[in-house]
Amino acid sequence: MAVRLGLWAAGLGLVAAVAALPAEAQTPKRGGILTYVIPADAPPSFDAHRETTYATIHAAAPYYSVLIRVPPDNPASTTEFVCDLCTEMPTPTDSGKTYTFKIREGVKFHDGSKLTAQDVATSWNYIVFPPKGVTSARVSYYEMVDKVEAPDDTTVVFRLKRATTAFLPALADPYTWIYKKEILEKDPHWYEKNVMGSGPFKMVAYEVGQSIKGERNKDYYHEGQPYLDGIIGIFADKQSVRVDALRADRAAIEFRGLPPSARDQLVKEGGKDIVVQDSDWNCGNILTPNHKKKPFDDVRVRRALALAIDQWKGAPALAKIANVRTVGGIVFPGSPLAATKAELEQMAGFWPDIEKSRAEAKRLLKEAGAEGLKFELLNRNVDQPYKFVGTWVIGEWKKIGLNVEQKVVPTGPWFSNMRAGTFDVAMEANCQSVVNPVLDTGKYLPYKVYPENYGGYDDPKSVELYDKMQTETDPKKQREDMRAYEKHTMDTMVHEIVLLYWYRIVLARSYVKGWKISPSHYLNQDLANIWLDKSP
Amino acid sequence: MHRYIVTRLLLAVPTLAGAAALVFILMRLIPGDVCVIRMGAGGAHVDQSMVDLCHQQLGLDKPMILQFLNFLWSYVTFDFGTSMWSGNPVTHEIALRLPVSLEVAIMATVIAIVIAIPLGTISALKENTWLDHVVRVTAIAGIATPSFWLGIMSLILVLNISAMTSGKPWMPPIDYVPLWQDPIRNLSMVLLPAITVGYRYSAVTMRLTRSAMLEVMREDYIRTARAKGLLEQIIVNRHALKNALLPVVTLIGIEFAFLIGGLVITEQVFNLNGIGRLLVQAVQNQDNVLAQALVMLVVAVFVVTNLVIDVLYAWLDPRIRFS
Amino acid sequence: MTVIAPNSAETLADEMLLRKRGPLRATLDFCRRKPLGTLGLAIMLIMFAAGIFADWIAPFDPEDNDFNAMMQAPDWLHVLGTDQFGRDIFSRLVFGARTAMLVGFGAAGVGGVIGLVLGVASAYFGGWFDLVFQRVLDVLMAFPLIILALAVVSVFGTGVFNVIVAITIPLVPRCGRVVRASALAVREVPYVDAARALGFGHTRIVLRHMVPNVVAPFLILLSAFVGQAILAEASLSYLGLGVQEPVPAWGLMLQGSAEDYATTAPWIAIFPGLAIVLTVLGASLFGDALRDAIDPKLRDR
Repeated sequence: MAVRLGLWAAGLGLVAAVAALPAEAQTPKRGGILTYVIPADAPPSFDAHRETTYATIHAAAPYYSVLIRVPPDNPASTTEFVCDLCTEMPTPTDSGKTYTFKIREGVKFHDGSKLTAQDVATSWNYIVFPPKGVTSARVSYYEMVDKVEAPDDTTVVFRLKRATTAFLPALADPYTWIYKKEILEKDPHWYEKNVMGSGPFKMVAYEVGQSIKGERNKDYYHEGQPYLDGIIGIFADKQSVRVDALRADRAAIEFRGLPPSARDQLVKEGGKDIVVQDSDWNCGNILTPNHKKKPFDDVRVRRALALAIDQWKGAPALAKIANVRTVGGIVFPGSPLAATKAELEQMAGFWPDIEKSRAEAKRLLKEAGAEGLKFELLNRNVDQPYKFVGTWVIGEWKKIGLNVEQKVVPTGPWFSNMRAGTFDVAMEANCQSVVNPVLDTGKYLPYKVYPENYGGYDDPKSVELYDKMQTETDPKKQREDMRAYEKHTMDTMVHEIVLLYWYRIVLARSYVKGWKISPSHYLNQDLANIWLDKSP
Repeated sequence: MHRYIVTRLLLAVPTLAGAAALVFILMRLIPGDVCVIRMGAGGAHVDQSMVDLCHQQLGLDKPMILQFLNFLWSYVTFDFGTSMWSGNPVTHEIALRLPVSLEVAIMATVIAIVIAIPLGTISALKENTWLDHVVRVTAIAGIATPSFWLGIMSLILVLNISAMTSGKPWMPPIDYVPLWQDPIRNLSMVLLPAITVGYRYSAVTMRLTRSAMLEVMREDYIRTARAKGLLEQIIVNRHALKNALLPVVTLIGIEFAFLIGGLVITEQVFNLNGIGRLLVQAVQNQDNVLAQALVMLVVAVFVVTNLVIDVLYAWLDPRIRFS
Repeated sequence: MTVIAPNSAETLADEMLLRKRGPLRATLDFCRRKPLGTLGLAIMLIMFAAGIFADWIAPFDPEDNDFNAMMQAPDWLHVLGTDQFGRDIFSRLVFGARTAMLVGFGAAGVGGVIGLVLGVASAYFGGWFDLVFQRVLDVLMAFPLIILALAVVSVFGTGVFNVIVAITIPLVPRCGRVVRASALAVREVPYVDAARALGFGHTRIVLRHMVPNVVAPFLILLSAFVGQAILAEASLSYLGLGVQEPVPAWGLMLQGSAEDYATTAPWIAIFPGLAIVLTVLGASLFGDALRDAIDPKLRDR
């Protein structure tokens, strides 16, 4: 039951096609317990509706169901979505503004009660229209949704304010767990400290800050799944611990992604006991010059900052030491909406001839009277890849005579400096879950429209270009509009400097089978299709 | 004696109050905000209305001075509040982490005592021989090695040695099981960190034992004892060591107090879910309530330890009591 | 806390001896009697020289990335190999010595001098000032250092100067205590009384009479602080809050590499570690010998 969201197809771009299931070389074995490391400290709560950290997903996604998701057997696809709780991917009606989902019957929550369309609709209403006093992290993400209703126990209807290609990917967001209506209405905070869903595993125990354990849900609705008898997630914030744990088989897999050094080390020491899966990542670092601070209000200076960086040579070199690899624009390189290499080469910082580019940078600096400029790069206290990328760009800027100091602070002060506008240039990341370019590129809008843009610029032209792109439903035209918006952001105005896309390297013991990598560490984490190829 | 103890107890009050004020101010000086970190760290949209709601729920919208008075008053009534990050009572959060930290601290102390006191004594008795030099350089090397480096390297060493001998690399477990549930698993997790902490700890203790012994051995009563023809062994055991150990015991007490909450780096390197790691998390998450509680705990342990040591001294040496 | 006041008369006698013998003779004497201390002194001098003459010694620019020479094993061009960014490790170590000396001596010096002034003043004035000062020291001693450091670094950022400030704060109370105890012992000495009776100003009495008498324990403390400050920088680096890239600093070089390259490119991980251990070892050996030479009665800590 799979639907391919083809952006070149007519109408809304929906063409029904049964995706061929990739033939698994081996039949999955039942049984065993999977131990995995969660590369974080304990999440603040288990309520995915209000949290944004992957720690919540990695810890508790196996205990929940969602309405739709990326296909577990082909999570690398950026355009394909399949049902989890629904029975069939719907064709939108009302000229693309109404989506009607039929909900599976016979699905049970872990407490034994029946899951109905009412639970689905209530959960979604709490996400999109949280009642007073309830926190939802994704209200603005679903601003296109007008209404969510459940006319009967097997039907959920989403009514949109306007037709948009961004809706279906947004619906597959991995944080949209389905909770029980009765509980939510009684105490909307109940799910912060308790776990009770309908997913492939049932939670058994949680040792705060240390581990979370689950057992197989015998009543799970996907035939034959899950294969495992149980799962144990261990929180391990430090990278060295996780690498050692994989080597000593204290843990079988880490799902977020480890740096190339860890891959090289483990492959060297573990040999065939270690398998590697890698993928481009729907996250990338970006540099935000503070337009409210001189001389970064001058487009010539911002342009010089971009022109100095040799992205094409930096990418393969940095890929050896950091979690980055692919050169890209504002759209994830794996998406049909992304710029091609030729298109990229037209923009500042992507010229094929770096000498010419640097000469132009120096000329612009001289013209702007900012030669030998000295400033601070605000960076976040995260090694991979923030600090690595920071060290790289500082080295590049040195080549055009800029003297840049790196100011690294923990996440809290990093945010507050950006929000208060007390920085020169900030290293940020645009990191999203489901590849959804139309919404993902909202990050580059002026702060009046998109409050999480910290560049401090106002630019009606940028908003105009974005709006044209996001309301366009014809894929070909939308792609052209995206180019115009991209060129305006990165080249004409240089509001933001887009750096390399991250690269996800997932290492596992070779007995872990069935799991496939996706472009985001938020996706495909319910672990239902994992099985262990070893005798118990 | 009672008066002395009461005076000392009263002097602890300003220390605790001062620490409370300091941690309160520091936590508010660090720019940032627990609500924004929680909502924004994953890269999602941060709605100002949601941030305001969060502030209101956590009481962060109240004036500073009111927050501070609340904090002080709640401690007087032994209500330590709930963590701003997890929403759990801080007593619960701390109680979960205390056993690991205590266990490592106790084991490291035992290791330090077992190694340091004999070696320190021998080193002092054989002053300026090669034995003395070797012991001292080994000790100083323990102090000179960055603790995270020692931890990481000892883990790699254990992995490599086990890989070479058995073909399968082994490392200590990375999730904690209480001693009474599974003693072997528990000990195999705690032993390595305890050794790396104990090495540094015993180095410090050994140096002090040595210098205290050297000093005592030059005292008149030792010379008298020697002149009387007493056996050297009796002199060392009965007279010298007993007197030299007083400052050593003090040091061990202070070090132990420091280890509760001071094992920040060791706990991270070995993935121990302890107090030190919790403290760093609390500060980085800007969880003021939890950070305050942890600091007060660490300071209280320190103050009480010092109090006990001082009373002990006063009891042993009447001059202090009456001065 | 429980540092026992040194017998000032003996300290004086030792110092007198030292002075009589003349500096050269005294130094030679020191070297002969304290081989380990001499070794420590030599290490410190070498590191100091490396720091000062880094521009002439280092064959490469320590901050220049070279993607054509990443993670190269030691050879004749790069005697200690290159790091992740293709930078010459030897050059980074030499410039790192400058950072280490700056952090080590900076923090020890500033922390020591503030501690000295406050400690002496507290002992001299006594009364309320002393009582309050003592409580402040208690608070700072008991306070988890990591929070102080995190606060300084979070507020001001991670420049070398801020890192020095973060490391200095906890050193002040430790120095203050020792100095106060030593100064208390000389306060009651007749010549201080005499000076007071003659109506000399506070400043003069403190500077001329009390400060010289606490110099010995102070110097010993300083030598210990240098090593501790270098180690503290390494610990801060492990938490990501020490000196930042691309500035060459040993703790920073060790932090990233110890985790990532201990087995695949060990030269990146080993040499900065060695530099730290060697320097702190040197400082401690020298400090110990100095203590033995000047004042056998003063205990460490």
